[in-house]
Amino acid sequence: MAGLQPFNVAIISFVLLLICANLVSCNNGRRVGDPLEAELSGFSVPLEHSFELDDVAKFQLRGSLLLKTGREPSVSLTQNQLSEDDRSKLKEVAAVDGLYRIRVPRVFLQADRQTEWQMDGYLTAFVRACAMVESHLSDVITLHTDVSGYLIGVSIVTLPGACRGAEVEDEVDLEVFNTTLSIMAPVNAPGPETALFLERMEQESEKKGKNPQEQKSFFAKYWMYIVPLVLFLMMSGAQDQSGGGAGGGAANGGGR
Amino acid sequence: MAKLILLLLKLCILFFVVHAVFEDQVGKFDWRQQYVGKVRFSHFDTQLQSSKKVLVATESNVFAALNSRTGELFWRHVDKTGPEGNIDALLHHAQDAVLVVGNGRMLRSWDINVGGLNWEMLLDTGSFRSACLVGQQGTVKHVAVLKKTVISVHYLSNGHQKWVENLPESETVDYQTVYSGGNGQVFVLGIVPHSHITIVVYSMEDGEIIKQVSVEAPWLSNIPASCAVVGQGMLMCVDSTTMSLNTLDLHQQLQMTQIPLQSLGLEVDPDFHPSLVSHQPNPAQKPLSEFFLQLGPERYLLLQLNNGQIVTLRDFKPALLASFATTGEKTVAAVMSPKNKTACSINLYSADTGRRLLDTTLIFTVDPNGGKPERLHVQAFLKKDDSVGYRVMVQTEDHALTFIQQPGRVMWTREEALSDVVTMEMVDLPLTGTQAELEGEFGKKADGLLSMVLKRLSSQLIMLQAWIAHLWKLFYDARKPRSQVKNEVSIENLSRDEFNLQKMMVMVTSSGKLFGIDSKTGGILWKHYLNNVPKNAAFKLMVQRTTAHFPHPPQCTLLIKDKDTGLATLHVFNPMFGRKSQVMPPALPQPILQSLLLPLMDQDYAKVLLLVDDQYKVSAFPSTKNVLQQLQETASSIFFFLVDSSQGRLSGYRLRTDLSTEQVWEVVVPTEVQKIVSVKGKRPNEHVHSQGRVMGDRSVLYKYLNPNLLAVVTESTDVHQERSFIGILLIDGVTGRIIHEAVQRKARGPVHVVHSENWVVYEYWSTKSRRNEFSVIELYEGMELYNSTVFSSLDRPHAPQVLQQSYIFPSSISTMEATLTEKGITSRHLLIGLPSGGILSLPKMFLDPRRPEIISEQSREENLIPYAPELIIRTEWFINYNQTVGRVRGIHTAPSGLESTCLVVAYGLDIYQTRVYPSKQFDVLKDDYDYMLISSVLFALFFATMISKRLAEVKLLNRAWR
Repeated sequence: MAGLQPFNVAIISFVLLLICANLVSCNNGRRVGDPLEAELSGFSVPLEHSFELDDVAKFQLRGSLLLKTGREPSVSLTQNQLSEDDRSKLKEVAAVDGLYRIRVPRVFLQADRQTEWQMDGYLTAFVRACAMVESHLSDVITLHTDVSGYLIGVSIVTLPGACRGAEVEDEVDLEVFNTTLSIMAPVNAPGPETALFLERMEQESEKKGKNPQEQKSFFAKYWMYIVPLVLFLMMSGAQDQSGGGAGGGAANGGGR
Repeated sequence: MAKLILLLLKLCILFFVVHAVFEDQVGKFDWRQQYVGKVRFSHFDTQLQSSKKVLVATESNVFAALNSRTGELFWRHVDKTGPEGNIDALLHHAQDAVLVVGNGRMLRSWDINVGGLNWEMLLDTGSFRSACLVGQQGTVKHVAVLKKTVISVHYLSNGHQKWVENLPESETVDYQTVYSGGNGQVFVLGIVPHSHITIVVYSMEDGEIIKQVSVEAPWLSNIPASCAVVGQGMLMCVDSTTMSLNTLDLHQQLQMTQIPLQSLGLEVDPDFHPSLVSHQPNPAQKPLSEFFLQLGPERYLLLQLNNGQIVTLRDFKPALLASFATTGEKTVAAVMSPKNKTACSINLYSADTGRRLLDTTLIFTVDPNGGKPERLHVQAFLKKDDSVGYRVMVQTEDHALTFIQQPGRVMWTREEALSDVVTMEMVDLPLTGTQAELEGEFGKKADGLLSMVLKRLSSQLIMLQAWIAHLWKLFYDARKPRSQVKNEVSIENLSRDEFNLQKMMVMVTSSGKLFGIDSKTGGILWKHYLNNVPKNAAFKLMVQRTTAHFPHPPQCTLLIKDKDTGLATLHVFNPMFGRKSQVMPPALPQPILQSLLLPLMDQDYAKVLLLVDDQYKVSAFPSTKNVLQQLQETASSIFFFLVDSSQGRLSGYRLRTDLSTEQVWEVVVPTEVQKIVSVKGKRPNEHVHSQGRVMGDRSVLYKYLNPNLLAVVTESTDVHQERSFIGILLIDGVTGRIIHEAVQRKARGPVHVVHSENWVVYEYWSTKSRRNEFSVIELYEGMELYNSTVFSSLDRPHAPQVLQQSYIFPSSISTMEATLTEKGITSRHLLIGLPSGGILSLPKMFLDPRRPEIISEQSREENLIPYAPELIIRTEWFINYNQTVGRVRGIHTAPSGLESTCLVVAYGLDIYQTRVYPSKQFDVLKDDYDYMLISSVLFALFFATMISKRLAEVKLLNRAWR
């Protein structure tokens, strides 16, 4: 028995090696063979919702989000119809001004493999149930990612968003979700626009360069008018300097 | 010609400068107070009897000279913050003060007369241990600096190194003290814990080691804490385990002689670590052979070492503090002992005999709203009859310095706690009696016609009375010379002025002392020391009830939270008088996560404060039945958010009717990529007057004015300059909806953010271009408003338009805030505190993402400034002209009763208060307004019309007759 053990170990390690080798070759083949597939690869995550009379969240599956990873992530949604029970419950919840909540799991959109995109925890958002009812289940769901592709937030609004107390009689209106879905990555904030500004400055100076008569500076051209004006201002006394303050201020204030 | 143009340019500049403050307005609407911080070292300048200087080096890395007669600053040097500028030692000799700065990095010598730098020396690396002046043959010419592995001696005159020596066996021995008795030798004392003391004696001439000895002392671990050099080079150590004094002759170094305290008939308080205080009047001479031994928190002994024998000169019990002071040849000991609850007495004793000196009692009144005395700094001087007189500077726990002269006259007090203001509020002053009477008339419910008439008559009678009294006072004052007429502000005659320009500044300092300061003069009207504040407390000050609800007193609540444990306490007080309120705040046994002040009021007009604990339970303060009922009614519309920056989690909660909460939204920013550095909401007391902006084509662009909007700033965890970034998230605090998400690439913090109206302005460091940049985000609803009557976060389905633009700013900034006015009509300015100490008032107009790159007719119509990438700092934009504010850390703005005027307080090391007029004073007549001219013109016109009317009538009559 004791003699057999090393042999066993050897076999196991050999098998392991084989598996490893297989895996490596497999991976290589995939990467080299079809790069498109990596870009188009996606995965689906559940979109869950909850609307309860006592406002204690009990999430149920509403549909599944198919997330396409890659440089420009996109998303599509397949969702179920609301059942008869759910419809009546939603209307009841709307009547007591309860909340309609949704949640999606936190995922990482840039991951290649399934094990990497999963993270613990959920992202949640809500609208008033009455808004959901009155808009006939027309909602806009937006998924927000951060720079590196982590999903950081989800938001839901209904169109129209108001609760006016309008009765929804027709049960059919509450059957099918009319969802507009989008995924948003952060926009790049602009830096100071120096290049454009310099270009404009250059253009202006070029313009000036073209007609040499205008090359003279402002003072050089109009000094004969300015000097008497300044002298007159100086003569008329220093008190007048402060005169314009109030008027200018009012103009500033109005400008807002 | 060129000169002429230059002259013209200069004149033009002069004309522009008048937008700033006029010369005669300096100090009229503004004031500044300069502080130094908590005093760590202090020395009196004893060169001359008439000298008035006190040198102080503080924990805020400030070195300054105070005028001992007035408490004002002669000069002040502010070093870098943090450990780099930390002052390790202050040595004072004649007119030189030598400072060791930054853990032994720098050695600096200052001329104390003018505060100028004599010399500065960069020292070798190594952590600082000790420093002392070295004297020889009665003169002091050198300073010795002991570091962990090296000792160096420098000339006092120019800082040059005389010699530097490596310490022997510095790996095992922990060298702690350097001492010189003025005989050409420098003693370095080191210790091997639980083993022995090492004494190395260096020759002053060339740094040669004369002697190196080890003496057994297994009980000793810290020389500066338990030892002192006394008399002819005797090292005296106190051993708290065996309760004994140990002496060691540094010149012979044989072994320690143990003298049990019991043999002297002394007993030590249990759990008290006894300590020694010795005194070396002159570094060129030996220390005194008398010393203090502190045996308990309230017990000091004056002992003398006489031929190896210890003699008790005097036992002081009870005694709070003891200190030596020398003048001329005489050395005295000053001892402070408690007299009663509110006063302490200080007495002088002859140091060599322990005899009490006659007529030297000084009474120090302990401020009940202050801290306990902590240190005693004594300035002794010789009187004409050769007796010793003295003044003392008492340092108390609340960082205050009080300078007292015999027999107890307080010459000045400096509230150094104000050098570290954490948060503040400006509270309106109460109405005067007559004003309150009038207000009361409208405030109460109607009782009936007759009683209302009577009430009106009585209030008008009171007003008439007050007016006559006012006239009489004017008449009475007019007869007196102007200098005698003073408008002293005291706590009794506090009342609101016509335009509500004078307010009470309630300031909270990190030491736990609260101040009430009159915003007009800067005078401290009340102070209150909270003596149970933890060291690392976070404060939040809230105004629960303003002065508008007469006769209910105004009420402020301070939330004090221990940052480590999260446990919090509430301090409720009246902001006018600083007194603790009768209202009992609730005890808070659980750590507090969030506090929010609701606009709901209880029946006494106090706003409701909600506190959320770590179980997500909510408690209300005040929690009367009325409040709880109101909370139940409105619970479904009370939302709040929590931020956990360690997990990157932002979560929103809704209140339930049973005061529990439910989570309604959650946003998680992964901490692997970025961390949340700040979350800024809008100020609740902010008003926005115009809903939109009028465009060039006369259409209106409506602003997105969401009061629940939060600006969340994140910084990347990757600090590499190519990959670092700053993220800006605009999140609705009610629904958790991400309104806008932007990333500023190749940028890093510190980020300063201002969030107001429909815009967010932030400042960051661009790592790509190595410069500071400003960015502004503005949000607009578009050309149509979704719902113009009321804003609800739950019903705004359309995302706003987001405009953004960035600019280069030529300076780094310390802090930033926006101006605030009563109705929000006045245009906004950004107040930017610069590290240089200037406060810049930058018009928001320059930070407008709609600034066009190409000027069009429409943009001109709209008064938009063409885009320029750089924001230029104009000198006339500095609102504090030459009144530099040291290390500005925060700016507080408050509206006044005048729409044009915003009150500004900048605080940091200094406090500066002023007013700003972002759109000039459009609602105020100028000081030099010519009433005479206007009225004479009016009268002249009036008479001219009269006369011409008459003439016209005559002419008409004549024509009719014709």
